[in-house]
Amino acid sequence: MIEFLNSIQNSLIYKNFFLVLSGLDNTILLLLISLPVGFVLALLFALGRVSKIALLSRTIASYIFVIRGTPLLVQIYLIYFGLGSVKFIRESFLWYALKEPFWCGVIALTINTVAYGAEIFRGGIQSIEKSQVESGLSLGFGKFLLLRKIILPIAIRKVLPSYGNELILMVKATSLVSLTTYMEMTGIARKIMAKTFAPVEAFIAAGILYLFLNFLMVQFVKYLEWKYNPHLRLNN
Amino acid sequence: MFKFDKLVFGDAGWGDEFLIATLMTLLVSILSMGLGLFLAIITVWAKIIQNRITRFIGNFYTTVIRGVPELLVIYLIFFGGNAVVMSIAKVFGYNKYIELNALTIATIAIAVISATYSSEVLRASYLAISKGQIEAAKALGMNKFSIFFKVISPQVIRHALPGIGNVWQITLKDTSLISVTGLVEIMRQSRISSNVEHSPLTFLITAAILYLCLTTISGRVFKTLEVNYSKGFST
Repeated sequence: MIEFLNSIQNSLIYKNFFLVLSGLDNTILLLLISLPVGFVLALLFALGRVSKIALLSRTIASYIFVIRGTPLLVQIYLIYFGLGSVKFIRESFLWYALKEPFWCGVIALTINTVAYGAEIFRGGIQSIEKSQVESGLSLGFGKFLLLRKIILPIAIRKVLPSYGNELILMVKATSLVSLTTYMEMTGIARKIMAKTFAPVEAFIAAGILYLFLNFLMVQFVKYLEWKYNPHLRLNN
Repeated sequence: MFKFDKLVFGDAGWGDEFLIATLMTLLVSILSMGLGLFLAIITVWAKIIQNRITRFIGNFYTTVIRGVPELLVIYLIFFGGNAVVMSIAKVFGYNKYIELNALTIATIAIAVISATYSSEVLRASYLAISKGQIEAAKALGMNKFSIFFKVISPQVIRHALPGIGNVWQITLKDTSLISVTGLVEIMRQSRISSNVEHSPLTFLITAAILYLCLTTISGRVFKTLEVNYSKGFST
């Protein structure tokens, strides 16, 4: 038995697992900043997209078009390599953030998720029945109250499943930040592969952790769906 | 800052290199989309036949690949693909060193990822076909093949086209990750050019514009196809 345990402890997967685990906090740090900021900005952008101000709506539409039409990798490289090569950015205060691969990753991930999130929320806002807005208006709700009490709660509740999908895509997208020398889980797994020539073991270690993260994310979204859809619960 | 004059064709600029790189991106996308659809059909088949083992394998495959970053899958196939192929070859008594070329590895890696998305789309559109139609086809004495090709396929294609269009866009954008394997497609070409010319902004913007053109044009193509395949069905 002890021999068996020792053999597990000496196995490559076991060692890799703890090596990759040390990158978990870096992955989570990326998500902890980009997801909440992305959520708030996506809501604002969605409201701007459905607003009647043509210029605002059109600008946001083209922003969404460009971001959704290009790969995330291009966006990350543009921010990390592209902006870093411009002289006046290197001399401005922006450089304090842009010289760190971490902040470049956060900025790129946020820009990306805002575009996808805004499109998702727009669908939610536009699918609200007119009668609900009208009944709010007839109760004397102002614009802001209407937004806070009727439009946003219903819209967010409706799009929770698709926004949950976007959250999972974001968890996976953090792996691309490793290409800017930021050492999160994929970066460490890549280093292990290069060092030990054992790709499968490194892959399994990192893959399990990503699956676990995504599993947590799915449970979180399920909980939110349960919480904000009390009328759909079977037994209450 | 910008050196867009370096994008001319010929020896003085990178125009022709970018053209070839764009074609390479398209080639990888089309090949892996095709292989992915083929794998997806097998996966759907494994999931819908009444067999616990195949269903488990199908579900395991889609869950794992969709829960793991694309980059990690590409690394695995890029670094581990050769070893797998060589060990398979050993079974057949071939002991020499085999090296897969970058295009093959890229196609397989992207196809493995794209197939998981396609399989969900295809499965949903297969389940949208009412059972009565298949029963009717059986009652007419059609065999399995003609049921598949004359009853199921045309409807699956019609239902699945919008979803397949989305998968195509994802696949096209995923090919940018293939640059880590050294295959010269748009992303890799823009890194090479910017390293030579010391102007990353120029060539990364070029890459972004090229991707934007590819996604926009292919989006149009899929719209046309959708209109074509939904003839007679008012939308």
